[in-house]
Amino acid sequence: MSSIVCKDLCKTFQQGDEIITGLDRVSIEIDAGDFVCLSGPSGSGKTTLLNAMGGLDTPDSGQIRVGDIKVDELGKGPLADMRLHKIGFVFQAYNLIPVLTARENVEFVMQVRGEPAHERSRRSHEILKEVGLQGMEDRRPAQLSGGQQQRVAVARAIVSEPTLVLADEPTANLDSVTAGHLMDLFVELNQHHGITFVIATHDTRVMAYAKRLIRMRDGKIISDEKQQQPLTVD
Amino acid sequence: MLAWRNLWRNHRRTLIMLAAITVGVWAMIFMTALMRGMVDDMLLNGIRSLPGEVQIHHPEYRDDPSINNSMPAPGGALIEALQIPEVTAWTSRVRVPAVVSSERDSRGAILLGVEPDGEQRVSFDVDSIIEGRFVEDVDDRGLVIGARMAERLETKLGKRVVVMSQDPDNDIADRGFRVVGIYKAKLASLEETYIYAGRETVQKMLKLDDQVSEIAITGDDYRHVDQWYPRIRQAAGEGVDTLPWYEVDTYLGSMLAMMDGFVLVWIIIVFLALSFGLVNTLVMAVFERVREIGLMQALGMRPSTILYQILMESLLLLLIGLVLGNATAFATVIPLQDGIDISVVAEGMEMMGTSSVLYPALKLNDMIMANVIVIVLGLLTSILPAWRAASYDPIEALNKT
Repeated sequence: MSSIVCKDLCKTFQQGDEIITGLDRVSIEIDAGDFVCLSGPSGSGKTTLLNAMGGLDTPDSGQIRVGDIKVDELGKGPLADMRLHKIGFVFQAYNLIPVLTARENVEFVMQVRGEPAHERSRRSHEILKEVGLQGMEDRRPAQLSGGQQQRVAVARAIVSEPTLVLADEPTANLDSVTAGHLMDLFVELNQHHGITFVIATHDTRVMAYAKRLIRMRDGKIISDEKQQQPLTVD
Repeated sequence: MLAWRNLWRNHRRTLIMLAAITVGVWAMIFMTALMRGMVDDMLLNGIRSLPGEVQIHHPEYRDDPSINNSMPAPGGALIEALQIPEVTAWTSRVRVPAVVSSERDSRGAILLGVEPDGEQRVSFDVDSIIEGRFVEDVDDRGLVIGARMAERLETKLGKRVVVMSQDPDNDIADRGFRVVGIYKAKLASLEETYIYAGRETVQKMLKLDDQVSEIAITGDDYRHVDQWYPRIRQAAGEGVDTLPWYEVDTYLGSMLAMMDGFVLVWIIIVFLALSFGLVNTLVMAVFERVREIGLMQALGMRPSTILYQILMESLLLLLIGLVLGNATAFATVIPLQDGIDISVVAEGMEMMGTSSVLYPALKLNDMIMANVIVIVLGLLTSILPAWRAASYDPIEALNKT
């Protein structure tokens, strides 16, 4: 069954007097449990597509469905609910809340969902252990390295067991070793938890992990191919 | 928790804002206590300078305070009603316009025929006698006059004066009195107006039999008079006017109403000054966290929850400021409960009917009003920055640098 269906998505941006095409009649279907990389140069539309799938940005036209939810028909509140319950986000700049500790950042989404404190504590402890941050739960973002911060962001994205994780350039600020560890973690979550991953990147090391690689340019999909032997975790 | 942490991101800004709220709340409560103290003093001076909290008169007496509008002395049901615990004292008086003449001069005055024990409990402070004594009995033939009156008449203790008035037949009624006491009042105008003699002596002089002009009643608190005076009115019956102090002296009544309005205006003015700082603090706090607010939205926080978060920050700031402001107000008002000596400006204050010692009056209602206004208006002024935060587009907010 398809996890995401996008049909004829169009999106333009005004930049001064110039109209820039973000998405140009993009149609795509992504299966549940898939591991997809969107690649392409800057301005190719991969982030715009990712944001549209996550309900963060509204396309000018076209339809988007995530599971059985018609994203393009939702208002601000229901869109926020969808993101809260179905989607985990990982951003290039980590985007942790600086006044909260690693554990509190991870618990934040569960807190917004209204989960009880003991359950939040148990899950955050488990998930931080899973991403290799045991013993660092009470550190604030400023006391963590870039790789550690990104792990916290990943932990936050998956703690509420979303069906879909959208990651925008997750390795851009990481060294190669840390980036490798992060991708191993993504693959493991994909394999063991069945979470669908859609990752926007132009990092070839990341692309090597993808089961399906979609290339974009000028807001269009120029190639869409399944990789025969993606990198996996041993 | 998030609201609390966000509050302390910028310690200096939060502390400055807290100091502003604290000083503002302190100013609201402290100044209100001073104003209340002053007005209480003015009202009590007014009420205790004869009127009492409640007065009973002949229905025509207020329009024509002449001897013809007298009424029978209290008895039966009324005396029984006057035993209720809310009534602390009462007295009946004869009160007529008169002319008092010495060997040197004549002056207009109000002659009061009093029952001395009751009069002292209701209004007359025996310590205000500076020479001689007060009236000792209802048939006392001596006269007690104010120091200013004595000065004007160029008379003194032990001298004789003649008091003239009108009897019920409109004939001149006069009598010689010896000055047995001279009093000094808090308000100079009283010294020049009121002269005291025994009630029966005055009744005989005016051929009044047992009639009196008014019954004055005092209670435990002038603000609570409405709770008990209807019972007195019912017992006094329809044939007389039973009026609370604010109807007897409408100037005092309107002064209290004006004071309540003034306190409200004062609190709002101080709050307006505060609100600029409060809005600025919250607007800056929102501007500094645009990205973070976008992130919260991206993670699934509803705009309404973001609005709530910002309002919570404001509420926490206001609550801490209120606690500190109230505590500071208490700490500064309580040591002044014994009074503030304002004798430097006593003459001016006396014109307004207040004493030379000001007693701050910390009223629970005033404190509640100040606190409620700060909370309610504080949250209202916080809605703008909170609304702004809740309205951000998540992508635009996340892309802000």
